[in-house]
Order: sequence, then C-alpha cells, then structure tokens
Amino acid sequence: MPPVEPERRQSQEMTPSRLFKDDTRFALGRIAVFQYLSVAVFLILIGGFWVLQIRDREFNSELADRNRIKTVPLLAPRGKILDRDGRIIVDNHSAFEFRISRETLKPEHIAAIANGLNMTPEEIRTPLARAESRHIPKYFPVLIKQELTPSELAFVESHNDRDTFPEMELVSSQSRLYPQSGLAAHVIGYVGEVSDQELNTTEFAKYSQGDKVGKEGLERQYNDLLMGIDGQRQVEVDSLGRERTKMKSQEATPGQNLQLTLDLDLQAVAELSMEGRRGAVVALDPRTGEVLAMVSRPAFDPNLFTRRISKSDWKELTDNPDNPLMNRAIQAQFAPGSTFKPIVSIAGLETGMLDPANTVYCPGSATFYGHTFKCDEVHGTVDLHHAIVHSCDVYFFTVGNRMGIERIAEYAQLAGIGKKTGIDLPNEKEGLMPSPKWKLRAQREKWYAGETISVAIGQGAVMVTPIQLASVLGGLVSGGIWYKPHLVKNARIDPPRHADFHPENVATVVSGMCGVVNEGGTGASAAIPGLEICGKTGTAQRISNELAKSNKALALAMRDNGWFVGFAPRENPEIVVVALWEGGGKGAFSAPIVRDVIKAYFDKKARQARPGPTQLSLFAEPSSH
Amino acid sequence: MPRYRSFRDLDWPLLIISLIISALGVMQIYSATHGTKWHTAWWKQIIWILIGLALMWITTSVDYHTLLGQVPILYSLSVLGLIATVAIGRVAFSGRRWISVLGFSFQISEFVKVVIILMVARYLSELKSDEVSLRDLWKLGGLVAIPVILVYYQPDLGTAITCLSVLAAGILLAGLRWQYVAGIALVCALALPVGWYLIKDYQRARFLTFRDPSLDPRGAGYQVIQSKIAIGHGGIWGAGLTKGTQTQLRFLPAAHNDLIFSGFAEEHGFVGVVVALGLYFLLLMQIVQNAQTAPDRAGMYICMGVAALLLCHLLVNVGMVAGEMPLTGIPLPLMSAGGSITMSVFVMLGLVNNVRLRRFAS
Repeated sequence: MPPVEPERRQSQEMTPSRLFKDDTRFALGRIAVFQYLSVAVFLILIGGFWVLQIRDREFNSELADRNRIKTVPLLAPRGKILDRDGRIIVDNHSAFEFRISRETLKPEHIAAIANGLNMTPEEIRTPLARAESRHIPKYFPVLIKQELTPSELAFVESHNDRDTFPEMELVSSQSRLYPQSGLAAHVIGYVGEVSDQELNTTEFAKYSQGDKVGKEGLERQYNDLLMGIDGQRQVEVDSLGRERTKMKSQEATPGQNLQLTLDLDLQAVAELSMEGRRGAVVALDPRTGEVLAMVSRPAFDPNLFTRRISKSDWKELTDNPDNPLMNRAIQAQFAPGSTFKPIVSIAGLETGMLDPANTVYCPGSATFYGHTFKCDEVHGTVDLHHAIVHSCDVYFFTVGNRMGIERIAEYAQLAGIGKKTGIDLPNEKEGLMPSPKWKLRAQREKWYAGETISVAIGQGAVMVTPIQLASVLGGLVSGGIWYKPHLVKNARIDPPRHADFHPENVATVVSGMCGVVNEGGTGASAAIPGLEICGKTGTAQRISNELAKSNKALALAMRDNGWFVGFAPRENPEIVVVALWEGGGKGAFSAPIVRDVIKAYFDKKARQARPGPTQLSLFAEPSSH
Repeated sequence: MPRYRSFRDLDWPLLIISLIISALGVMQIYSATHGTKWHTAWWKQIIWILIGLALMWITTSVDYHTLLGQVPILYSLSVLGLIATVAIGRVAFSGRRWISVLGFSFQISEFVKVVIILMVARYLSELKSDEVSLRDLWKLGGLVAIPVILVYYQPDLGTAITCLSVLAAGILLAGLRWQYVAGIALVCALALPVGWYLIKDYQRARFLTFRDPSLDPRGAGYQVIQSKIAIGHGGIWGAGLTKGTQTQLRFLPAAHNDLIFSGFAEEHGFVGVVVALGLYFLLLMQIVQNAQTAPDRAGMYICMGVAALLLCHLLVNVGMVAGEMPLTGIPLPLMSAGGSITMSVFVMLGLVNNVRLRRFAS
C-alpha cells in the first residue's frame, strides 16, 4: 500500500530558542522502513509454511500418519521405609507393568490381549475409557496390569512388535515389597493405583490416572515424600517399531527414604505377643513422643495391594467381622476401664478433693443414687495407694462421686482424652470424654449423677484409643508433659503440652502404679526382677452385667477387654506401652504383653551399652554400621 | 473547530478485515475444541469479540489527547495491577498471569500493552526534537522496563518481548543517533552469544522452558514437533475444517490458544495460511496508513505502537508455530481464544480509529 501524503498542520508551539513543528513528516521515511520490514516478516513466515507444507510435505505427512512419537514413562521408585536403626522395613523389587497406547490401539486386539494376561476384556476397556474421559493425551500409554507374572511377561514379549500389536508397551517398574505376615502393616499402610473417586478429592487431585499412591498409613501420610517424580522418554519410532531417534528424556527422580521411630526388635516382640489375638499394642517414648512399636491385630498382607487386589481377597478382608484393615492402635475406641483411675487420682489430688491418707471401706459393692455398683472383691479398708494397687472400684466410686464429673472431665481433657493425639497417620479417632455439656449437645439430655460413678472407673461413655491412652498416661507419669506421638525420626518435634501437676501428687500416683506390678497388685504378671516396671490394669466391660447374665452367648462374644498400660523406669520413664486385648477377659492377661515389650527395650539397651561381637537381634543390623 | 464524527468516518476496511480474521478464529476454535471440555470456547469467543467491539467504540469516542493526559494514572494502575497479579494472582499453568475480578480471570499484562503504547507515544511526542537524547533514552527505557520486568517475572517472556517492540519501534521512529543504535546493537550482540554459547543445546531449550513453564508441560520440544507435523500434514489445500487428524486427535496441545494457527494450517493448508497472513498484512498496512495520516506526532506514535506490537505478536506466535522462533507462550491476536487478548486488541484498534477520526482536526 503506497504511503499516503499526510495532512500537514502547523504547530502552534513555539519555543523562544527554535521553531518546532508537530508534524509527522520527519518520520515518513522511517515508517516506510517499517513497511518493508513487515513485508520481510510476512515473507519469512510464509516461507516457513512453504517449507513445511509444500517442500517437506511428504515427510511431515508420513510422520503424521505412521511415524509416531512414542512416550515411554520412566517410573520413579518409591522411597524405602526404614526403622530407627536404618533397617529396611519396606523395600522395592523390580517388576514389569503392561500398558496400552490408545494412539495405536486396534480394538479387535483387546480380547486377545485380555486372554494372554488372564484378564477379562472389560478389565482392559475400563481404564482405557477412564483415560479418555480424563483427557489424558492419546500418546501416553495407559496402565493395564502391574507386576506381570513370568508367563504374562512371556506373552507380552512374544507379541510386542510394531506390526501385529503396536499398542503394547512394557514398562519396567519398581514394586513395593512389604514385610510378611502383616508386620507393622497398619502403620505402613499400602500403595495402590489412585482411584477415580480419590482423584476428585483435594488430597489426591494432583495425581493422575495410573499413579501409584499411598492409600493408608504412612504410605499415605508421607506419599509426597516417598513417591518421587516419574520421568519420561520420547522416542520417534519408525513403521517397524524401531526407535529411530531418541528425542528427549527426562530422568525419574526417586522418592526419598523415610526413617521411622519404630524399632523392629520391639515391633517384632509386640507382634508375636499379639499373634492370634484381637487388639493393639503401642509403645511410646514419653520423653519425645517417638512411637517405638505399633501393632494392630488381626493384620492383613499389604503385598496383596501392590498389584491390583483381587475381588475375592478384598471381599475376604472387608467381610471379616474382625476388620483386619482397621488400625486398632489409633482407631479402636473402647472404655479404658481401670486404666482411667490414675487420671481420676491426679484430678482428685490436684483439686484437693482427695487426701491419699483417707480411707474408704470396701464391702464388695456400694450404693449410689439407688443403684448398687459392684466391686471385684471385698477390699476392706483401703487408702489411695491400695485402691490403685488392687484396683478397688468402691474407692473410686466414692472419690468420683465427691469430685463430680466436671473436675474429672477437666483433668481428663487436660491429659488428652477426647482429643486426637495428632500422630502422623491418617484417620485417627479422637475417643470421648463425657461431660454434662457433651451430653446436652450430643443426646439432648441432662447428666445424671449416677453416670459419674461409672466414669470414675473408666466405664460409661468414656472412650480412648490405645495410642491416646499411651500418650495420656505416659505424659501423666512423666510429670504432666505430653509430646505429640510421631513415627518419623528426625522430624521436628512440636513443643509439648504442659500441666503444672505437683510432683508429690504425680509421685503418689506413680507409687500406686508401681505397687500394681511389684506389690502383688492386679498387674503382678508384668513384673521383671531388676526392673521397676509400673503399670495399671483395666478390665473394661462392653455390655452391662444384667445383659451378660441374661444372654450367655452374647456375654461370650462380648467378653471384657483387657487393657494394660505399663512404663519403666519409675523415675523419668523411657518407655510406656499400652496393650489392648479385645475380649481378653481381664486386664491382668494383657500385662505379660507389655512386660515382654518393655523387657525387649531394656535388653536391647543393655546390649548396646555393652559392646560385644554377638548382637542378639531378630533383625540383622545393616552392614554399613 | 471540532468536527462532527460518526460511524461513517471509522476505518471500515480495518474493521472488516479484523472481523474476518476474528471469524476465522472462532471457526478454528470450534474445530479444535468440539467434543472436548473446552467445547464452549467458540461462543464465549464471540461474546468476547462483541465486548471488544463495544470497548473499541468507547475508546474511539474519547479524544486520544485526553487519554494521553491520563497516562500517569493508567501507568500507575498497571504497575499496581501487575504487582497484585504476581502477589495474589491465580496460579494457572504454573505461571501467575491471571487475576480474578468479579469471577472472571483477567490477564493484566494484556492491558498493560495498551498503556505502554500510550505512554511511549506521550513521552516521545513531548520531546519537541527530531532526535532522542541519551538521557531520554534512559528515562523512557526505565519507564517501560518496570512493567516489562514485572511481566517477565510472571513469568511471561512472550508478552514482555512484545512490550519491548513498542519501545523499539517508538525510539527508532523518533530518531536515534546511529552511534546509539550501533552501541545498543553491539552490546546486545556481545551479551547474547557469550551467554548463549556457554550453555549446552538442551540447556538453551530448557532455559526458555524454565523461564516460562507454561510453554512446555510435557517435555521440551513436544509442542514444536507436533505443531510442525500438524502444519506439514495440512499440505497445500489442508485437511478440511474439523478433519485435521493432529488437531482432532489432540496431539496438538493448546490447539485453540497459542497453537491455534498450527491447527488452522493443518485444516486449511498453505492456501489458507497465505490468505490468513495476507489479511493480517492488510490489517497492519491499514494501521500504518493511519499513522501516516495522523494529525500530530502523538497520533502517529500511537498507530505505529499498535502496528509494531501486532507485527511482533505475529512474528513470535506464527514463527513459533512454524518452528522458526523459540517457544514463547503468547496468543495470536484476533484468532486465539481468550477474553483479555481479544479485548485488548480491539481497544488498540479503537485507538487507531481514534487517531483517524481526528486526522482533519486543527
């Protein structure tokens, strides 16, 4: 377009020094240069299209039609999980997974592929349809089956060529290898392919279909750390499936290893002592909140989940009335029974409502508000110390009645009952500390004074989880200092909660708990000569006495839960262990479980203090040590 | 004496050409998105074009000298807006380019372009000399650099480059002593290769990717390769609307945004490309003609600023699509789907019309 002669106009602007014209004439030449520059730019651009669309047309069309860029995922291995001494708990092993590229998929092949991989055609179509609906690019192969068996691998390798089955992709991967027989299964959790429902939640939204993510336990809690970042390799393949040029590769970043506070030696002892039982064991270091062992039984085999779990296996796990998938250590909520008595005691001592020297006469039962409450036996005249040692209910009925529910609830909540401990595991339960306020809110009823009597011995509506009980009592006997329980070593330790209990009051309660084990009390079976183990039994009813009498079958199925909480040494305890044996019948039966774990702890400590060539340990120390 | 201004005086060829290009854009957006989750993009684009036309009319009706008088306020607002975008902007494509206003996401940097055009025009028209002094060069450069650096750190390398083109065109038009031009060229020529040859091939690609991650979410080079294959697949006559396999099979990423011209080239072939680029060329020359007939320097600088910006946009976007330019994620004006870019282009066309309507003013 020819430059148009502009309208000129005289500038009104005059400066004293020189005349200045505000016209555009001066720039006309430069504007013309711009026009020539524009022509050049357009010619270059069109030239580029000429090269691509006319000169190299054949080449590009061929690329578009046949020669595809193949994207091969490079899967990042997950980080290992180690115990506190660096021994491997969860490892990886090499495996192959089978993927299908939708770009080259011939639908008539699906049946044949399904046959070779022992799958139904539906099991192949479903993930393909999911990838389609999630707008995953066609060039990115879709995960069909993980951990191929040798025969499946042979099938894929013998058919995987560009001409017959162009859609097949074999990708080497690292698969999870969990301990056998469910050791620490609940703590560790398991990984699995992220599901559609999960992808729609905020926690999992950042992952994409086919990603293997932690579904439970630590695998889920620390998934981002463990998972690593997958890489990918792009190759241009020719019509024979040969990789012609390697275009680009992005290496996978392996996940980080996770070192736990768990001690495999203690864990193994705790696991063995719970074998064949239903319940949980938790061992904590009350000085830091480190979890040394955590067991929940019955357990499951996490290895079932590493490939897609079969329907029958899944059904077996979910239909099992014992609910093996539940982590009882943090999710089982039961009445604490007499293990609640140390809390009532400290509440009474701190509020001044309880004089340890005062005695109560126990005739084997007591009547409050027109209702008779039974004791285990006739204790006679007891003071606080003997009431704890022999677990006298009548004493605590009397004390609880005098104190009232508000004071008990205040101190129980202060110690942490009714609140999650905040342990680094998903889906912890919070337990319950009943109070008049809670009852009004939850049941719209007023509190009856008779309920206080039950709560005073850890019955009624009060509920705890094993981890909570370990944390609450461990902190209490350490003088009223509660560290948040945690499972990862070298994690930043949150500042603890404090309660300013009088040391002499704590000492009084601890002395009672010492008597439980060492003065022929209810927990005498936890005693080990040379070790000052202290503890408290708890036998918690799950149904009322009346119901138990009228329905013997139910009474058998709902046998009392046996709790035992033990710690050692008496001063500045290093370990606190809680054992819950569901239907164990008596708290005293749980005491040996706790004893064995505490013994294992101190045996190991002695072993490490005395360096010798033979280290007796269930698990080999890593050679680097 | 103020002259009567009406619809008749608008630059009708300019308007018609821009609407034809917009229509090609809507058509291509439809083709690239039907059957995907973005399938509503084509009618949304029509609404943006209508809003753009309204904004164009508003921009035309206010005398551009009045607009130039508001430059300090507009400039301050843009810088604040950019800071807000960086600070609180929504993270999209891992770059903070968007800011939400009344439920819509706006890309402040698109409007900053208009402000930079006005600011350069005002500064240069007030020089009252036929040459830019070194002092003015520093001052104007600094004023442009503040928003450009903010845009660059969003990170949006492409938009930052287009803003610089306005500055470059402005000072070259205003007149720069050849020594300065040579000096700047020398400094650039020395700085570039030193840095450029110290790093390796893939690092160079990565550098661009790194500065602007939205370019390349699935591995450097993938977009360019797919784009070139798509274009080549189009051949002379093209595969036909909605028939391009590369576009339709979603090999082509962002086929309705930054890479829209690649899909267009696949479906309409070399012939379509020549027609579309021809229309863009006519559009550009029409704007340049308005610069030549502008009543004063300010008007001329405004028109040339718009022309330079559009030329740079075309070069960077179309050049990128054809693999002639490095990857920088900027949209193609008038064709790419997007509210902010569409509105800002029509506001720029409004500025050009504004200058045209006042070309006989005395």
